[in-house]
Amino acid sequence: MSSSGAGAISLTPSGVPRSDPPRQALANAGATAGGARPGRIGVRAVALGYLALLLLAPLVMIFYRTFEHGLGPVWSALSASNFQHAFWLSLEVVAIAVPLNTIFGIGVALLLERSRIRGKGLIGMLIDLPFAISPVVVGLALVLVYGKTGWFGSALQGGALQVIFSVPGIVIATAVVSLPFVARETIPVLRELGTDAEQAAATLGASGWQTFWKVTLPGLRWAVVYGVVLTTARALGEFGAVSVVSGRIAGQTQTLPLYVEDRFENFDITGAYAAAVVLALLALGTLGAMSLLARRRHERVES
Amino acid sequence: MAIEVMNVSKRFGTFTALDDVSIRVTDGALTALLGPSGSGKSTLLRIIAGLEIPDAGVVEIGEENVTGMPARSRGVGFVFQHYAPFKHMTVARNVAFGLAVRRRPRREIDARVHELLALVRLEGLAERFPSQLSGGQLQRMALARALAVQPQVLLLDEPFGALDAQVRGELREWLRRLHDEIHVTTIFVTHDQEEAMEVAEQIVVMNEGRIEQAGTPSELYEHPGNEFVMSFIGPVNRLGDAFMRPHDIQILPEAGAGTTEALVRRIVHLGFEVRVALILPDGRDVWAQVPRDQAHELELSEGQIVAVRLPAPRLFAA
Repeated sequence: MSSSGAGAISLTPSGVPRSDPPRQALANAGATAGGARPGRIGVRAVALGYLALLLLAPLVMIFYRTFEHGLGPVWSALSASNFQHAFWLSLEVVAIAVPLNTIFGIGVALLLERSRIRGKGLIGMLIDLPFAISPVVVGLALVLVYGKTGWFGSALQGGALQVIFSVPGIVIATAVVSLPFVARETIPVLRELGTDAEQAAATLGASGWQTFWKVTLPGLRWAVVYGVVLTTARALGEFGAVSVVSGRIAGQTQTLPLYVEDRFENFDITGAYAAAVVLALLALGTLGAMSLLARRRHERVES
Repeated sequence: MAIEVMNVSKRFGTFTALDDVSIRVTDGALTALLGPSGSGKSTLLRIIAGLEIPDAGVVEIGEENVTGMPARSRGVGFVFQHYAPFKHMTVARNVAFGLAVRRRPRREIDARVHELLALVRLEGLAERFPSQLSGGQLQRMALARALAVQPQVLLLDEPFGALDAQVRGELREWLRRLHDEIHVTTIFVTHDQEEAMEVAEQIVVMNEGRIEQAGTPSELYEHPGNEFVMSFIGPVNRLGDAFMRPHDIQILPEAGAGTTEALVRRIVHLGFEVRVALILPDGRDVWAQVPRDQAHELELSEGQIVAVRLPAPRLFAA
């Protein structure tokens, strides 16, 4: 005890003068930070102004114009049977396409990060393809494959399953354009998680399936949630590809975005705005649910 | 359970991690795999656990050939270098994992978890998450988790590598006592010879994918089989092809039979032990290790000429 105490004291004299240069550096850093302040405010103003002009103002205007003449006209616009049909069709498409893409996204992420197959680069590129290709092109390509004169169009006709100009086509088109999100969110997280915990589960007697459900998936859950939210938002709003494959038949194959455009083209401004507001609210609700979940997760980690 | 590894080889691409390695670990023994990084010690441990499949050779646990058996069927407890906690589970659920996947009754699991947390002294932290634990606590949680399923064999990969010196010392002592209590056949990997000497009953020294020598700590220290073991286990002076231990070099008050002169270059006081750096008449450097009292009696000072008696040097066939 006494010898270690003596050691600590003898170290002190040499330790004291050394603390001066860092202090100097700190003071300098403070000065430069102070000098940069006006510039930083300018950057903030530009960023916020950009957001306001491009995102906030149009959104506010839509809400304003919709409720300009009170709730009555909005209510009657939302009571129209074609609106109701479009609304439920959009939800139905989301309810099918999003789970499909979630399962696919997690599966392909596992394939790329946990297996030893060849051609991972190619698969990675294919996943990103829907980001790169215009949705209209996706729609046209689907018509070429699944349409009456397409590859297996005639086979599908024989089986009495109509894809193009029908709900299955809309689901496929929506699934294609919203395909990358879950995979792109989960792949980096899966890589970062590493395989240690999975191997630990294996040595503790867990089967591959148990390891996936109890260890891998819980580790991925926030990435999956985020991917699902983005997929949902994208699927709800999809216009181009669905526009081509659906045939846009009012009351039959018209999704919510198609309905908004249809009303707008036919000078039913109230109907268009009312439907647009519903679409915007659905998207905002999705994002809101996500930030709520994210906050809860943050609290859990902090506690 | 005894462990027998016979003629195991493993390559990763062009790198040979293990080259025809055989070891035998008796039932209930506490064994260290000791070697520098890249010596293959972790790969050997992972092959015993079933986390790697050897390219050639056989692994037996308790007379049973387990070479092709998946890790989950081997009844092996494995503690990972960075503990591999399940971060989304509480400490209690981490420890319960092995029993939960075996669908044991709730009451049995609770009782066993309670017992293990007491064993590793984490009773108060059962409902914490791994992110709220220190390195030493995570280490003990990982150990409790591995022990929960009553493994036949306990394997630890660099168990104390990521801890600071004081915690490391405590955990070494504690692992040793734990082993005395539960008597499970244990193998741990380390690159720290002092750690291996202090904790293990048997040490297997590895280098470049091969076994250099296996034996008890004192066997390896007293009778090293080759240059590598001599210089890896314990301090050493090297004079050309000859090796000698610093504590075998005697510093004497007066010249006598078989002594030679040496110049004291530097004296380092390390508590009980004093290290004396010497220059021999032919210009070669050696250092001697003498107890503090002896150094005091000799009144050693730097720049002094002293008489030394060198031990018979050890030579190893090249």
